[in-house]
Amino acid sequence: MFQLISAEEAAAMIKPHSRIALGGFLAVGTPETILDAIVEAGIDNLHIIAITSDYIGKGIGKLVDAHLVKSVQVSHMGTNKNIQDQVNSGEIQSELIPQGTLMERVRAFGAGLGGVLTPTGLGTIVAEGKQIIMVDGMDYLLEPAIPSDFALIRAHKADKAGNLIYRKTARNGNPIMAMAGRITIAEVDEILEDEYIDPETVITPGIFVNYIVLSKEGKK
Amino acid sequence: MTDDKRTHIGKRVALELKDGDYVNLGIGLPTEAANHIPEGRKVVFQSENGIMGVGPAPAEGQEDKDMINAGGGYITAVPGASFFDSATSFAIIRGKHIDVTVLGSLQVDQKGNLANWMIPGKLIPGMGGAMDLVTGAKKVIVAMEHCDKHGNPKILKECTLPLTAPHCVNLIITEMAVIEVTPQGLLLKEITEGYTLQEVLTATEAELIVPDKLK
Repeated sequence: MFQLISAEEAAAMIKPHSRIALGGFLAVGTPETILDAIVEAGIDNLHIIAITSDYIGKGIGKLVDAHLVKSVQVSHMGTNKNIQDQVNSGEIQSELIPQGTLMERVRAFGAGLGGVLTPTGLGTIVAEGKQIIMVDGMDYLLEPAIPSDFALIRAHKADKAGNLIYRKTARNGNPIMAMAGRITIAEVDEILEDEYIDPETVITPGIFVNYIVLSKEGKK
Repeated sequence: MTDDKRTHIGKRVALELKDGDYVNLGIGLPTEAANHIPEGRKVVFQSENGIMGVGPAPAEGQEDKDMINAGGGYITAVPGASFFDSATSFAIIRGKHIDVTVLGSLQVDQKGNLANWMIPGKLIPGMGGAMDLVTGAKKVIVAMEHCDKHGNPKILKECTLPLTAPHCVNLIITEMAVIEVTPQGLLLKEITEGYTLQEVLTATEAELIVPDKLK
């Protein structure tokens, strides 16, 4: 069962060189309160797994601005000049991964799989150095699971069982990242006190959630 | 690009979208097609960050911070829309459930190879969802200007930039022409009014198969 902690306590758990699976897409559905606490604590040499690189001053951009990021696995970084500059200067090592492949590699780790087979990237530089496996006459790339120490995600509401629901397109990669952290910390707008989320509508079952932080942006 | 060209390409792309199609429009020029769907035709738009049933942009002041498309622009949802996580979104894309995807491009060649995600030595923003989209969509339409901003052809014998995917393009729609990728090569289907065959041929490096009716 989850424990309710402060953003500062969440940040204190994360050590330099941690691998972090970060929810969100272009800074929608990013756990901004936890990210602020990591910046405040100055935890550095982080490896970040995320779909996009958000913007300067928002989402992963906060960590990049504070020079806390050592390496990234992302599908896109066209919206954040600071990360581009740090990649170009060699401060940040980057692996660009097709978005669908990234999600499945993260999901694979959370689901106890060693990797996935995908046709995406065949015949391109993405396939360089990777094993090609034929199934039923079709070629696929073997893409290994991506492990992470922590998943930092953003949800809308939690109940006392740790079940989560999201809001609109702020769901994005969050439910996948939630499965993939050895420790998953969810930042939420609200924890329901007097009711549980209808089991039919739960998106992330509480078993995936170890800690919950109340968002500064959420309902008081 | 002039508004005229943009509108022309958007209208022509829209003609390719059939009633009941599920469609993913790339960022930029391809989104123009959504403005020209004929009255009474139901086309459902996906955005790969996790929505099927994208509606028009909201009125100013009505934006919802949790409602964006994959380009970061604010959107609305149409009745019947659904939200889903990113793995489901790409299961939809890669699993051949999307009828049509429309993307911009840097280069296309006569084998239907597509290069639209990186220029070596320049800034590399990343492929985002493009590689999955062109691998998984049932039909891939490239919507772009016929030549680059320096006037150089973008429809080539062979792509010189790193590929997004090989053999994936079905149809190319530009301000000058509509070109179909066939097993025999690039078939010139239409020349836009106001352009001559010679102008199209000059602006195209690839060999074009020209049917008699267009000669």
